[in-house]
Amino acid sequence: MLEKKEATADISEKDYTYLNLGPTHPATHGIFQNVLKMDGEIIVEATPTIGYIHRAFEKIAERRPYYQYTPITDRLNYCSAPINNMGWHMSVEKLLGIQLPKRVEYLRVIIMELSRISDHIICNSVIGVDSGAMTGFLYIYQFRELIYEVYEQICGGRLTSNIGRIGGLERDFSQTAWLKIDNILKELPKALKEFEALLVRNRIFMDRTINCGPISAEKALAYSFTGPNLRAAGVDYDVRVMSPYSSYEEFDFKIPVGTRGDTYDRFMVREQEMWESISIIKQAIQKVEKLEDKTTYHADVPEYYLPEKDDVYNKMEALIYHFKVVYGETAIPKGEVYHCVEGGNGELGFYIVSDGGRTPYRMHIRRPCFIYYQAYPEMIKGAYLSDAILTMSSMNVIAGELDA
Amino acid sequence: MFNTIEPEEFEEMLHNQFADNIVYVGKQYDISEAEITLDKIKDAIQWMKEQGFTFLTSCNGIHYPHTEKVFCMVYHLYNMQRNLRVRLKVSNPIDPPHFPTITDIFPAANWMEREAYDFFGFKFDGHPDLRRILNEDSMEGWPLRKEYPLEDQARFDKDDKMFGR
Repeated sequence: MLEKKEATADISEKDYTYLNLGPTHPATHGIFQNVLKMDGEIIVEATPTIGYIHRAFEKIAERRPYYQYTPITDRLNYCSAPINNMGWHMSVEKLLGIQLPKRVEYLRVIIMELSRISDHIICNSVIGVDSGAMTGFLYIYQFRELIYEVYEQICGGRLTSNIGRIGGLERDFSQTAWLKIDNILKELPKALKEFEALLVRNRIFMDRTINCGPISAEKALAYSFTGPNLRAAGVDYDVRVMSPYSSYEEFDFKIPVGTRGDTYDRFMVREQEMWESISIIKQAIQKVEKLEDKTTYHADVPEYYLPEKDDVYNKMEALIYHFKVVYGETAIPKGEVYHCVEGGNGELGFYIVSDGGRTPYRMHIRRPCFIYYQAYPEMIKGAYLSDAILTMSSMNVIAGELDA
Repeated sequence: MFNTIEPEEFEEMLHNQFADNIVYVGKQYDISEAEITLDKIKDAIQWMKEQGFTFLTSCNGIHYPHTEKVFCMVYHLYNMQRNLRVRLKVSNPIDPPHFPTITDIFPAANWMEREAYDFFGFKFDGHPDLRRILNEDSMEGWPLRKEYPLEDQARFDKDDKMFGR
């Protein structure tokens, strides 16, 4: 056999195996295809194909009034839906020039940090699963469930929670929600410690993840990486610090950074970010308690915020306003606005072009997944197939955000 | 709120290099923006990168069928050291519009430009691999252009006038 290979010149090309990883491979955590050109077990070339769940979000935005676009944003990154939701509302509020009361901003910070924790829990526990450690996944996953229970208390939804409104929140936190948040703050640190004890200094886990799918800081910046993937490469860029929104400037937290930009560093950055998020939530609760007003949960903007349900059923004026808000009857200023928040995966930006109509003239979403997934073929070149799986899960590629 | 260069300073900064090629400089909300003519946009982006705007936040297309600048590309650039954001624009009225690719300046622009091609039919001269990315290859038409219908045109049971569209 070996002699035969040397005999003909073009047999080397035939020796490569072409392997379809996906579109619906259980290890890809979403629907996207990778055609891998393999030399034995080594990946020579990868060709990603995306768009399997493309849903034309940007086109839909051109036909829906600002208010009605709210539930669509939850379907972007469904692991941390409230961050997307809040990002959209903050962009619209910037366009409308709405100033929020302090209490609303702190409540939003609590929700956003909770959803960041749930996003990172999924990502980190799935890295464990893909490297063969199912225990951590089964153990830590219940805390995501607890966070969903908080969403359920706040808005009724769980996975695609529709918490935000233009000008505030849908409703105030109930007493049960506060108790559930307290419970998470009490139980999660213990669980995280045990989860870290399981993986962080685990010999097998370290051997599998260190130097797996590395990317240098220069490469990461050239590919416009943001979020944990960029910070793992050693660049301390965080939207919450560089361009604070929702009064993040009042909070005291560190930006964890890695050095090598490999799977282990991405895992560690996310792990430390969860600790920072816990600390931010604690600070936010203290700030909410210190505030004088205990009831405000939305700004006073009747043109854009839905009236109370009691009034809608009993007062004509409120009913009219209800319809006006839903159909977007009130004037929206002309202009272009770009606003970004630190999503679970990085800088999530909304670019709205308004022509004064009731719908955006053009809306573009800067989706972090879409932008950094194009570096994936380069990151797995020369790696083993099993490393490619780990690299993908540590990059936290969410199909909903990738395809939009 | 973002930090940005004030429009006067931005204009002065651009003026020294691209005096005749600036269509306008202004500020919308918290980001200063400038529109550059088509032949110099690549030089302008290259020059902005040399000035420290080394991070391409995003680039996307816009379709204005009822104005002079029919097809528009918008580039958001970010200066990480000084924490400044600016927006650069370029327009081209010819259909299909040709824009210079910036993949050789920012590798990240590869998929963003493919997205703009996929949705608007923009041609990027010099792009290494310009084909559809999110829609399927056999699709006809450019979905984000204003004339492309969102809903199925075979349906007559929906009257858009009722919804003020």
